[in-house]
Amino acid sequence: MGFELPLFYVFAAVAVVTSALVIGQRSPVYSVMLLIASFAALAGLYVLLDAPFVAVIQIIIYAGAILVLFLFVVMLLNAPKEAAPWERVAAGPRRAGAVLGVVLAGELAWALWHAALSREPAGGGQGMPAHAIDSVRAIGQVLYTDYAFAFEVTSLLILVAMVGAVVLAKRRV
Amino acid sequence: MLLLIPLLPFLGFLVNASFGRRLSKTMSGGVAVAAMVGSFAASAAASWTLLGMPAGGRVIDQDVFTWISSGDLLVPFALRLDPLSMVMILVVSGIGALIHLYSTAYMHEERDSEYARYFSYLNLFAAFMLVLVLAPNFLVMFVGWEGVGLCSYLLIGFWYHKTSAADAGKKAFIVNRIGDFGFLLGVLLLFSQFGTLDFHALARGISVFAPETARFGTLSVAALLLFLGATGKSAQIPLHVWLPDAMEGPTPVSALIHAATMVTAGVYMIGRNAVLYSHAPGVLELVGIVGVATAVMAATIGLVQNDIKRVLAYSTVSQLGLMFVAMGVGAYAAGIFHLFTHAFFKALLFLGSGAVIHALAGEQDLRRMGGLRKELPITYWTFLVGTLAIAGVPFLSGFFSKDELLYRAFSNGHPYLWFFASLASLLTACYMFRLVILAFHGERAPDAAAKHGAGHDGGDVSQGAAHGHLHDAPRPMAIALIVLAVGAVLAGYVGLPRGLGGANQIERFLEPSFTVDHALAAVAGEQAGEASMAGHGEEMAAQHGAVENTALERGLMLASTLVAFAGIGLAWFFFVRRRDLAEAAARRFQGLHRLLLNKYYVDEIYDAGIVQPVRILSEQGLWRVLDVGVIDGAVNGVAVTIGGASGALRLLQTGSIRAYAASLMLGALLILGYMLWW
Amino acid sequence: MVSLNHYLFLSAILFAIGTTGVFLRRNMITVLLSIEIMLNAANLTIVAFGRDWGAVDGQIIVFFVVTVAAAEAAVGLAIVIALFRLRESLDPDAFTSLKW
Repeated sequence: MGFELPLFYVFAAVAVVTSALVIGQRSPVYSVMLLIASFAALAGLYVLLDAPFVAVIQIIIYAGAILVLFLFVVMLLNAPKEAAPWERVAAGPRRAGAVLGVVLAGELAWALWHAALSREPAGGGQGMPAHAIDSVRAIGQVLYTDYAFAFEVTSLLILVAMVGAVVLAKRRV
Repeated sequence: MLLLIPLLPFLGFLVNASFGRRLSKTMSGGVAVAAMVGSFAASAAASWTLLGMPAGGRVIDQDVFTWISSGDLLVPFALRLDPLSMVMILVVSGIGALIHLYSTAYMHEERDSEYARYFSYLNLFAAFMLVLVLAPNFLVMFVGWEGVGLCSYLLIGFWYHKTSAADAGKKAFIVNRIGDFGFLLGVLLLFSQFGTLDFHALARGISVFAPETARFGTLSVAALLLFLGATGKSAQIPLHVWLPDAMEGPTPVSALIHAATMVTAGVYMIGRNAVLYSHAPGVLELVGIVGVATAVMAATIGLVQNDIKRVLAYSTVSQLGLMFVAMGVGAYAAGIFHLFTHAFFKALLFLGSGAVIHALAGEQDLRRMGGLRKELPITYWTFLVGTLAIAGVPFLSGFFSKDELLYRAFSNGHPYLWFFASLASLLTACYMFRLVILAFHGERAPDAAAKHGAGHDGGDVSQGAAHGHLHDAPRPMAIALIVLAVGAVLAGYVGLPRGLGGANQIERFLEPSFTVDHALAAVAGEQAGEASMAGHGEEMAAQHGAVENTALERGLMLASTLVAFAGIGLAWFFFVRRRDLAEAAARRFQGLHRLLLNKYYVDEIYDAGIVQPVRILSEQGLWRVLDVGVIDGAVNGVAVTIGGASGALRLLQTGSIRAYAASLMLGALLILGYMLWW
Repeated sequence: MVSLNHYLFLSAILFAIGTTGVFLRRNMITVLLSIEIMLNAANLTIVAFGRDWGAVDGQIIVFFVVTVAAAEAAVGLAIVIALFRLRESLDPDAFTSLKW
């Protein structure tokens, strides 16, 4: 499609900008809101990647549940606004952080560069179904057969997390 | 049946050691004496059996149990009786029994528990000594060897509260140990060479070789090492230093252990290994030289000592030296003969001195004695017999054995040894009579007696026997003294020399023990080679007897008689007639006198030369440097290092989450980098 | 044509942003938010590769990742609440009592 590329750039720009703003905000509430926007952009990217199911998951669960939870906690704690973060970082850790960041960027760039060069066209699977409903069906078929065990374990994981969250947040156990 | 001989005293030891505290003195003493008498009876019975056997095959073996069976090494715990050990067991059990009897009276003032302890040790000693002489192999002998050393230590330090006694005991044991080290090396060397420790088997093995006249080979080295053990046990130079100090122990102990039996173990050991020593003539020379040097040196020291027991101790060392001279010239039988007679008269002399000490309530200094002749008649007369015997006055036992010894020294080609041995005999007669004169003749200084009288009920001792202890020996002691005196007179007649018309029975009797005869007999079996063995024995005796020159023998006999009387005469002159001359001589030759009085400062030399350097090396060197510095340093160093490392590592734990996150990141980056580069 | 590289590049940037946020911020909740950004970057990568391979496995993995992220967010926030009750502060540097 012709408009794929510009759409990509739009979504990508939104995602990057909002993410950068997230870490730059003083108020946590604003951070959460901006992150929701970022996730929305990412959902769009998922759609472009022929993964509508994941896009919807992203919106419903990530943006709709997790970040709302974050919002609840922020408002519950009513934390004071902090000073501009970059001013309060001491010289040493700031330099260390800068170095680490640069190294990370370099490594990633290098990895991507080489991946791009030595990349073979991937074969493998049976090709993505274009239709959304077929996509869900395909996911379901693989999920409940090949990944059934992981599925069950994940449910257990959620149970544990639930119990843990309740216990940890209680005032008196 | 042989087992009974050492077993009975051992049982006596067990009884007294376990129940001694609850037994009365009569019981403990009775048990101990009975055990010894029983052992003597068993020895006599066994000896009778042995005498009934033909001359060449006089061996009785008894296996008790297999002790070590490991690879090539087979060591049975067995007992073997042959002529040599027969003489020894009779001496040990017989004289031992008498001394036990004597001790019942001598030790009577001790507490019941101490009394029992004494007798348990004494019985144990007898058991070990009997094991030593009945041993058929080196290892069993070593058990006995060490055991008597142990008992010697226990008995010397019997009055352990007294520091000097405890020190003397330790000294004896440690000096012995040095000798034992050499002994053990010799045994190991022989085992590595011949693969066996049995005496007969060794004799067979050794007799295959030629005597090592030219070179100093393995046999000589082994013989030398064994001799080192003998010098320790028998108090010869250089390990003689413990014997005089051993006089700290009770007098009967000195009599039994340090006169009659234990110290003779070294002589016995050489006799037992006669075949080995005959093959190492170089070492035999050394034995002879050491023996005669010790004999003369000890005699000179004994001349000036003031303690009655010390004089006798040095006399023992000196006489042992003469025994080694005999061994050294190859006259093994003569050495054993002298051992036999010496046991009688030396035990007698010690017991006599014990009676004197007992009568004077502990006084041992000769200068404070005198005039006891009238007050202690039995003691005096028996003591005199013993002194005459040791001096070599004719027709007493000492004369025969010493004479035989000197004759052999001369006739086997060692005139110098004969000369110095005769010199030692002269000195012996001299200092022994000095002892008798000072102790029994003349007059006692009045203050000396009074001092000791004051210790007893406040009575005046010089009044006589009513108060205090100045009475003659009590019955048990007197019996022992008299029996020994008889023995001192008659014991020599078993070795009546050819020169005087006798047949020198004892030498012929002992001969097979010193040759390979017995070893061969043990193999061939007594019945088979009976007749030939007997003839062989005679033949060997004739060969070993060397050339019997009766004229020479008579001449030397006369010489030694003169020497004896000369010594007695000198003593008489200096101490009866002109005592002032003796004192003047002491003053004029003060340096020499002091040298002799201080035993040539040997102890001091050892202390400075060996003890102090070792102590300093241990303390400053090994302890301070190695133990404290290196080992403690290493252990503490490990702890310090770990502490330091931990201290450094713990700085990582900042508690700051961001720092942890940062290190996580760093790790992830490193791994990522590694994977990308790889 | 949008190639795989575009998506990979984008996710790298997002990941870097998230990492910066973790180290830079003094607010625990914002730190957690930054972690979520990182997770999303990873998700993007996975889906992009999944599409490249032509299989649905990428989406399934992301499905699980999202689930786990949810669990982790819940528990993490519970801990933050508990900590806040203790120190009345959301600054990570206020909780250094485990210091040596």
